[in-house]
Amino acid sequence: MSSTLALDPRDRGGPAQPLLRVDNLKKYFPVRGGLLNRTVATVQAVDDISFFVKKGETLGVVGESGCGKSTTARLLMRLVEPDAGAVVFDGDPVGMEHGISVNDMRRQMQMVFQDSYSSLNPRMTMAESVAYAPRMHGLGRKEAYDRAEGLLAQVGLNPRQYARRYPHELSGGQRQRVNIARALALEPRLVILDEAVAALDKSVEAQVLNLLTDLKEKFNLTYLFISHDLNVVEYMSDRVMVMYLGRVVETGPVEQIYRHPRHPYTRALFASKPTLDPDRRTNEMPLTGDPPNPINPPSGCRFRTRCAFAEAICAEKTPILGAPLDGDDDGASPHLVACHLPAAQRMSMAATGGRHA
Amino acid sequence: MPDIGIAQPPIDRPVLEVENLGVRFRRRGTDVAAVNGASFSLQRGETLTILGESGSGKSVSLKALMGLLPGYAEVTGKVWLNGQEILGLPAAALAKLRGGSLSMIFQEPMAALDPVYTIGEQIAETIVQHDHVDHRTAMKRALGLLEQVKIPSAARRLKNFPHEMSGGMRQRAMIALALACSPSVLLADEPTTALDVTVQIQILLLLRQLQQELGMAIVFVTHDVGAAAEISDRIAVMYAGRFVESGTSREIIRTPRHPYTEGLLASTVHGGMRGTKLETIPGSPPNMARLPPGCAFAPRCRHTVEACRRDEIPVTISPTGAMARCVRAVESVPA
Repeated sequence: MSSTLALDPRDRGGPAQPLLRVDNLKKYFPVRGGLLNRTVATVQAVDDISFFVKKGETLGVVGESGCGKSTTARLLMRLVEPDAGAVVFDGDPVGMEHGISVNDMRRQMQMVFQDSYSSLNPRMTMAESVAYAPRMHGLGRKEAYDRAEGLLAQVGLNPRQYARRYPHELSGGQRQRVNIARALALEPRLVILDEAVAALDKSVEAQVLNLLTDLKEKFNLTYLFISHDLNVVEYMSDRVMVMYLGRVVETGPVEQIYRHPRHPYTRALFASKPTLDPDRRTNEMPLTGDPPNPINPPSGCRFRTRCAFAEAICAEKTPILGAPLDGDDDGASPHLVACHLPAAQRMSMAATGGRHA
Repeated sequence: MPDIGIAQPPIDRPVLEVENLGVRFRRRGTDVAAVNGASFSLQRGETLTILGESGSGKSVSLKALMGLLPGYAEVTGKVWLNGQEILGLPAAALAKLRGGSLSMIFQEPMAALDPVYTIGEQIAETIVQHDHVDHRTAMKRALGLLEQVKIPSAARRLKNFPHEMSGGMRQRAMIALALACSPSVLLADEPTTALDVTVQIQILLLLRQLQQELGMAIVFVTHDVGAAAEISDRIAVMYAGRFVESGTSREIIRTPRHPYTEGLLASTVHGGMRGTKLETIPGSPPNMARLPPGCAFAPRCRHTVEACRRDEIPVTISPTGAMARCVRAVESVPA
């Protein structure tokens, strides 16, 4: 895969340089209220997160609602301005004097949203929607429409049949295919898929996942795959990042995270997954309560209020995302965890803390 | 009876019996047959899951039972609740039933709860309406209900408005409201779909536990095979307004007989599928306004033979009571 990547004329740092690096990204949203509409609180949507996406891989992001996974995607696309932090695209800081502009970044980084209907203009045909971005970026009308029709064919929609249709004339799965075609219209290198299959029926979801896998290979794409569905993330991702209330609690290669989760939250999250086996039903709640409100998150470790193993230190000190004591760190894809507990730090103990003891 | 969806277990009389339920929406030149002859029955304390994708008619079936469909919907068939025929009851009798012996919970508690009344007021109102007790007694029972659905600091939560609660909490409050008059049947329309996984499993466990305590029967509607496996005794798979297959949850999940069920299970991503190509069901669900004759799944099925497209598909019932509506199922069962 790295050999084909090196052929990409846009590649700059070679295969070892991450396509995307995010350093200390932060976004607090003000909550206004009261008579004077002053800021009364802040939602700490994304609080100091750092990660990277390697060329050609799929990084899966999982977490519950309010964990900041969608805000992260919007910050990367600059649909929302970050409060702090840097985004580096293939070695170029985005929006900095010595880097690339937001516009140039967007040409290489595109996004597919959850709601296939609201993300398409109801008054534009499918071909117009897909051709829009290339035309805005300077492609001629004829070329843009030819590209749009080619892309519609690539995503499995016969252009003769679908190019002139409007969004309301398509099913949810077909619309999501159009959204994917549109995201590919500028020949991006990184595609952010924000719950892109969440609204689809299972039989259609499988079709779209297969399509995404095919397109990734065909166009040398790199994916940032955001989802709440743990099974789908496991299926799609090479590495996984687990978020909780605006912070990254654990990250690592998919097999590591799914077979040997270390953070108590990750373990509880996986234990909450329905078993799909009527004889091995879940009988104990892995976690109680909902995720807390990100307006006033708990001090120290944000998970401590729902954590069965919380100790005094968890309230006092914010755990730092780092390699565990017995980490099998191969450098390129380290398994990192943000937890004070020795059980999370040492695999042997982590293994006994699992559900199937 | 030609159209039995699920063979009735030979115990005492079921709390809910549905025979040949049909729903048709006819308006301004459109004619959509949303439910085409669904039959099932439920014993006390039993959970039946209706599993199906969007547009399969599963939610419409529940709404028909509850009498919540708009006036232009034609509802046909027979429904008995505790032996009483309830389809076509006059409005007053229906109002007595709803929230009384038959109640329903929804996917979106925010839409089902009234935003301008506190949770306590809403539950108490239902109790006063149905059981004719005074407000103070009703409030006391409301408190007990909130405790029963495990809402922490229930006394304080009684005075909360819906918007002051989290998603999981609201879902619990809605369940408390539905249980206010100890229904014999609870209809649950995708109550866990909008929830996070850690909260979803809590609600499923809560429903299972409440059912054991109260002995009510549950009809649980979902598109999620995982949730179905966690909660159901029996599963009925719905496609294009018909049950295509039904049986115990073990039978359906382990040994599905209908190609649609097979396809649905195969295309549901689960652990250990990495690196394999997902099996899919080609095409998309049929237009309900123009259903093909014969088996509605035939255009997407890989085993289609001529008989599938021609006439009504016979129903096969296995010795254990599992039903399949498929030409191939007939062949596979020894005579």
